[in-house]
Amino acid sequence: MLNRTLIPESRQVNDINFIAPQKQELANGIKVFTVNAGKQELVRIEFVFENVNWDESKPLQAIAVNHLINNGTDKLTAREIADRVDYYGAFLQTDYGADQSSIKIYTLNKHLGSVLPILWSVLNESIFPQQELDIFKQNQQQSLKVSLQKNDFLARKNFAHAIFGTSTYGSDIDVEDYQAIERADLVAYFSAAYKPENCTIFVAGKFEAAEFDLLNANFGMDWNNEAGSVINQFSFEASPKGEIFIERADAIQSAIRMGTLSINRSHPDFAGFQVMNCLLGGYFGSRLMANIREDKGYTYGIGSAIVSLKDAGYFFIATEVGADVCTSALNEIEKEIDLLKSEAVSEQELSLVRSYMLGSMLGSLENAFSHADKFKNIYYSGLDYDYYDNYIHTVKSITAEQVKALANKYLNTADFTKVVVGKK
Amino acid sequence: MVDFNRFTLANGLRVLVHEDDTTPMAVLNILYDVGARDEEEGKTGFAHLFEHLMFGGSVNIPVYDEPLQRVGGENNAFTSNDITNYYITLPATNIETAFWLESDRMLSLAFSEKSLETQRNVVCEEFKQRYLNQPYGDVWLKLRPLAYKKHAYRWATIGQDLAQIENASMEDVKAFFKKHYNPQNAIMVVGGNVKTEEIKLLAEKWFSPIPAGDKYVRDLVQEPAQTEARKETVTANVPLNAFYLAFKMAARRDADYQVYDLLSDVLSQGQSSRLYNSLLKDQQLFSDIHAYITSSLDEGLFVVEGKLSEGVTMEAAEKAVWAELDKIATEEVSQIELTKVKNKSESIMVFAEMSLLDKAMNLAYYELLGDANGLNTEIQKYLAVDAAKLLQVAKKTFVREQCSTLYYLTSENA
Repeated sequence: MLNRTLIPESRQVNDINFIAPQKQELANGIKVFTVNAGKQELVRIEFVFENVNWDESKPLQAIAVNHLINNGTDKLTAREIADRVDYYGAFLQTDYGADQSSIKIYTLNKHLGSVLPILWSVLNESIFPQQELDIFKQNQQQSLKVSLQKNDFLARKNFAHAIFGTSTYGSDIDVEDYQAIERADLVAYFSAAYKPENCTIFVAGKFEAAEFDLLNANFGMDWNNEAGSVINQFSFEASPKGEIFIERADAIQSAIRMGTLSINRSHPDFAGFQVMNCLLGGYFGSRLMANIREDKGYTYGIGSAIVSLKDAGYFFIATEVGADVCTSALNEIEKEIDLLKSEAVSEQELSLVRSYMLGSMLGSLENAFSHADKFKNIYYSGLDYDYYDNYIHTVKSITAEQVKALANKYLNTADFTKVVVGKK
Repeated sequence: MVDFNRFTLANGLRVLVHEDDTTPMAVLNILYDVGARDEEEGKTGFAHLFEHLMFGGSVNIPVYDEPLQRVGGENNAFTSNDITNYYITLPATNIETAFWLESDRMLSLAFSEKSLETQRNVVCEEFKQRYLNQPYGDVWLKLRPLAYKKHAYRWATIGQDLAQIENASMEDVKAFFKKHYNPQNAIMVVGGNVKTEEIKLLAEKWFSPIPAGDKYVRDLVQEPAQTEARKETVTANVPLNAFYLAFKMAARRDADYQVYDLLSDVLSQGQSSRLYNSLLKDQQLFSDIHAYITSSLDEGLFVVEGKLSEGVTMEAAEKAVWAELDKIATEEVSQIELTKVKNKSESIMVFAEMSLLDKAMNLAYYELLGDANGLNTEIQKYLAVDAAKLLQVAKKTFVREQCSTLYYLTSENA
């Protein structure tokens, strides 16, 4: 007779294998990191550019360039670029991040030779037509107006600004900032940032010698852009303490976001912090979820995270809760943090988190794309695969006392910035 | 190509196995053939609420999530108007834990009052967060009852209102479980670093003892043909005027389904699409414009939605959208345009094979449609569509007397 009360035997995850990319260079010196894996005849090629020449009076300069880069070159109109990319069933994605901007092409291998010249034109010959810029400005303003009615958007925006001020990490974009964008600023930024010296290429998928030769033939020569640039660099003072309350009279839920400047991936405590964060609010079974969603029913979801940026890190807790239980939810969050700081976690709970985190790491290495992403994380933090070895070692071996010590070191709620949007 | 093996247990549970040794992980996906369309009026939102309760402990296992996390696994679920789908991903060596958990909750739930109480609250907060406390969040709560008058698609998965969720009783929960959650009504897909023989043994061990239950025979009232233009206006505190056009379209198993999908691609797939270029870029009438389909198992909706640029009147915007619909209903699309949307469909299907979970979910869904191998032959249906067919379907669909129009106006314009 089957005994359904007994959990089947299981094993802890032991071997987690990372596929390190092969490193090559194009003829012009651009580094190419390739994870050549997978059964499907497809490839993702990502051109990544460091963000440069930060000017806080033009906070949208780099964002607008990234967004509009595929909207017209001196040979192709925006429509022609889109038509050709789509005709080959490819996807051209632009992606602006706090530290880097990127352009990715996803294509079936059979169309690679057809899509690379389009990408060359985009990366070298973009002209940022005034008409496209005007449409962008108008539509982004409208979309921002919609976002500004969302409590969680307002909480995110105000929190980032409180912590990171007028740096690129925290700049507080308003409708006027869109109005102020000038075409000349875009052209200037394009020619400073989108050049070989500032570019690294990451490839994932099926990518053999023939494909590399194709990439080199298209991108290995001199590029057009060559203006001077300085890679952005920031430093931050302690974040401001205290509460920012933005009242929205008709809110039926309130958005809460609280946290503080913290460490990033290159800090030796980072892996331990991730374990501590996981316990608190990093997975479905976390203490915040167990208490505030599963026990109290105050929210659909609550979570916490430690985020690593190039020149900073930050920790935050975020949720949206019923407006009538906002104060209770804030109190419960405090309680959970206090508990983490005052009582050592049981081995039962800690071992649960260990297993969960190891399984989650294993599961995050699903395909060539994810292996390339894992490499990018360490590459842009100036780290190597020892980082992951250390992460896995820490997850397996950290003690309850160490977790408690980390909570006391890093989660001082009196120093947190707390943003509440809605009603209290 | 997504390979699979298939077998059926004596109690009616259909099992598919997809072996993929490029990953150390495994997925166990169970699709239950029940969605919001199977609810009764006055008790809507129940299929989704029930999905939450499936995580509140089962007859022999008091908590669901913890033992799974303890073996390195993760899980989630979603409910649509048609189906409820549960999935687990975990290291393949621990696959038996997934069988243990899923079979016990198919056998019976714990039916805990505390869990019901909490999940009623959680779902109410979800309702608020996603539908009520967002600009335009309640569009589908308005659009569905405008487009459907008889069919159960007239309510959204989340339900018609908060009160119906608040009133859900334990009796309702038990009856729903008995009616829908049995082996005959489920399709299980196991994928990843597993072997079919091993999965057969595990399936026999954990799922065979579950009684077959009574077969649920679906008998839904079908929607009568729409013969009159329907219009409704909503006013709310939103920054931009918007409108939504909804047309009836072929059900998912219908031979014309792929034609509708390609029509929506011609109109709205990416920056080369017609609506984006004509209405947003050239005429600058909209800041946001999309066409998409609902892919429903019964007659679905083809939706065009847009947010208007400042200063543009509803009349001008609507007229311009109709000009595009009239065009696609009177002129054949060019061969280049047709090849483009077909190439795109092919790409999307190949890229979907990058994800083990997507493969498992897709196999389950195609098995529900009639044959899991449909996943592998689907692209042929797209490639077989020609310009004349697109024209014929557009012509019978984009008709003013079959359109439901929702105006969503800012309160400034009221």
